[in-house]
Amino acid sequence: MAKLSPRHAVVDRDMCVACGTCVDVCPMGAMKIIQGVYASPVEDKCVGCGMCAKECPASAIKVEVRS
Amino acid sequence: MKQQRHWYHYLWIWSIIYFSLGFVNILFAWLGLISFCLPLIFAIGGGNKLFCNRYCDRGQFLRVMGSQVGLSMRREMPDWMKGKAFRYGFMAFFFAMFFNIIYTSYLVGSEIQNLQDVVTLLWTFQLPWNWTYTAGVSPWVAQFAFGLYSLMLTSEVIAIVAMLIYKPRSWCVFCPMGTLTQTICRAKASPES
Ligand code: SF4
Ligand code: SF4
Ligand code: SF4
Repeated sequence: MAKLSPRHAVVDRDMCVACGTCVDVCPMGAMKIIQGVYASPVEDKCVGCGMCAKECPASAIKVEVRS
Repeated sequence: MKQQRHWYHYLWIWSIIYFSLGFVNILFAWLGLISFCLPLIFAIGGGNKLFCNRYCDRGQFLRVMGSQVGLSMRREMPDWMKGKAFRYGFMAFFFAMFFNIIYTSYLVGSEIQNLQDVVTLLWTFQLPWNWTYTAGVSPWVAQFAFGLYSLMLTSEVIAIVAMLIYKPRSWCVFCPMGTLTQTICRAKASPES
């Protein structure tokens, strides 16, 4: 199994407007828009770099330490 | 890491073409209906926001100007602007204005009202635009073009101001088309999501 990075992006589904800005900026191609409703990172691709959080206009993304 | 660029990353050019064409001849404003139909086709037909995620010229224009050219101050948007009340309220207002354009065109078409050859910015400021109107079409066709161009230009100005102050694609948070398509997608989505 691939080793998960210690940090990852977490999306607040209630705040997300599914604009796709995060998909566009993610260097790992980790973000996906699920059924046009919210964004969700593919866990084993996300490295927690925070590029998506910096660009998200709705400030719906936080980078957190994996629990 | 450099992102791979595709042909659709250059669709922002359409924003410039659209507003330029309307400047030359207002009847080109009718092409703005593409920006109303395509997102709905994706949302209703496909249950996705692929238009926003990939093909929207405005979203890309804001990205190019805000991020690549670096015009955005990138402030945090106030919470009320991101809230549901504002997003749905603005959507209702925007579509009320859209139906008002249709109604006004109907009044002009039935000769109850005369053609107003002005572009109205922010529902207040009237810009004279009478050099662009070419005679030869029904007055309601021209009236609808003036109305739609006004709405497109007004929303573009709001989007650019939001891009300058807040993050580049801030308009997308309360964009009426974006809110509507997300609402349609949510209604269509399978329950577990
Ligand atoms: S950038 Fe933010 S609002 Fe847009 S899809 Fe990603 S998480 Fe959602
Ligand atoms: S934190 Fe970095 S790798 Fe993870 S989804 Fe966001 S941009 Fe992609
Ligand atoms: S939210 Fe509006 S402006 Fe943003 S990408 Fe979608 S349709 Fe375009």
